[in-house]
Amino acid sequence: MDVAFIIETIIKIVVLLLVFSALAGFGTYFERKVLAFMQRRLGPMHVGPYGLLQIAADGVKLFTKEDIIPQNVVAPIFKIAPVITAATAFMAAAAIPFLPEFTLFGYTVRPIISDVNIGVLYVVGVMAIGLYGPLLGGMASANKWSLISAARAASVFISYEVVTGLALLAPIMLVGSLSLIDMNNYQSDGWMIWSQPVAFILFVIATFAETGRTPFHLIANDHEIIDGFGTEYSGMRWGLFFIGEYANMFFISFVTALIFLGGFGDGSLLGALALLGKVAFLFFFFLWTRAAWPDVRPDQLMWLCWKVLMPIAIINIVVTGFVVMF
Amino acid sequence: MFEAIAFYLFAFLTITMFFITVMSKHALYSMTALAAGMIFISAFFFMLGADFLGAVQIIVYTGAVMALYAFGMMFFDSTRELKEKNTPSLLVFGLGGMAALLTVIIVAAPIVSSNITAAYPIVEGVGNTQAVGMVLFTKYLIPFEVAAVMLLVAMIAGIVLAGKKMDVSLTLVEDDVIPQPEKEKEKAAS
Repeated sequence: MDVAFIIETIIKIVVLLLVFSALAGFGTYFERKVLAFMQRRLGPMHVGPYGLLQIAADGVKLFTKEDIIPQNVVAPIFKIAPVITAATAFMAAAAIPFLPEFTLFGYTVRPIISDVNIGVLYVVGVMAIGLYGPLLGGMASANKWSLISAARAASVFISYEVVTGLALLAPIMLVGSLSLIDMNNYQSDGWMIWSQPVAFILFVIATFAETGRTPFHLIANDHEIIDGFGTEYSGMRWGLFFIGEYANMFFISFVTALIFLGGFGDGSLLGALALLGKVAFLFFFFLWTRAAWPDVRPDQLMWLCWKVLMPIAIINIVVTGFVVMF
Repeated sequence: MFEAIAFYLFAFLTITMFFITVMSKHALYSMTALAAGMIFISAFFFMLGADFLGAVQIIVYTGAVMALYAFGMMFFDSTRELKEKNTPSLLVFGLGGMAALLTVIIVAAPIVSSNITAAYPIVEGVGNTQAVGMVLFTKYLIPFEVAAVMLLVAMIAGIVLAGKKMDVSLTLVEDDVIPQPEKEKEKAAS
């Protein structure tokens, strides 16, 4: 292991952390603006031109707010829960190729931190650990609503994970590899969405549950007019949950684009820009759905995942198996 | 060098986590430490180059421990104050330590011998996932199939046991229609 490799990896990690922490902040701004336009409002307008400095204002507020550890909470678990959500989101990003290879000052840069040959499994598995944040935060909070929210987190977790895995299995069977770069290269003569439309729809539905977005935003219990697991949190601890959630949305958008929407194509500049465009659209789709759909109940989510989506996913796998074999 | 640092770091973390799992009386601490320990174990698979098993370890145990949390949530008040003081029983510690040492010696003993040959050597040129598949569908085909059948039996049994009286959804009927147990009926009457 030479020094150049170590320095390169550290620089990549720092860039990824900075870019996506900042993007998580911008994500909240975009969300408020998009929701506002869809509901015929203006959204944030007062801080800076067109409300653009709202992110800075929010950041200052979150960083300077007093960090309260309430009485009766289980302090160590309470403190570590937001860190789990944020940290696992960024850990999952280690196996995602964000851009194609490019040459910078005569040095070839591969914008992926570690090209493990089981990329998809790693990303999906580590991202799933992120749900431990809401679960632990809710259970440690000494608050009934937080506890109910934690129970919902557990029910979400046991519902969607099967669908994610089974939906991804069909494209994996076609490609014959679990590496995201191989999946991207496989689609040079046609996007996966055309050969696996069912898997694409199932996976997109599962990503909404995975990131805890509306219509599966039932972890946070909006209709109880509290913030579920986040009720007892304040300041940057609460902010870490949000950084984790928005970073997860970006990363899962990258994964969806790479597996189903052709990724960065042949690796040209145009392909790289197309990948960013696809990710931007998928992120917008998260916000669009939030503006258009109500939340479902936990039992409806379980019914949907186990009785509707899972049988469809299995039929899809069987059909794909026959197609691959004959 | 990095491998050694990573190994000792994760060895220390794993042992600490499982120690907390066993020693703590607090359900939340125990379960969190169990989940963390299970995930730290995957680091050893990654270090050995068994990426597939590492990822599977993470996926399987996050889900499995999550189910434990669900039970813990039902049965324990996780925020109650508990005294963590343990009175050490030398006999238990001694026997436990001896048993652990013996296991390590039994498993590690063949390493001392020099004439070890792998019965199923690593196939060159295929990925980790393919290697697992090859062994699974050749040497270990029967255990694999038997395990699959047993899991199917367990799943069907679970559905049958849990599925009694589930043709009516309790969330959809009114409260007074639900048949109450005898004791609560008396309580309500008095």
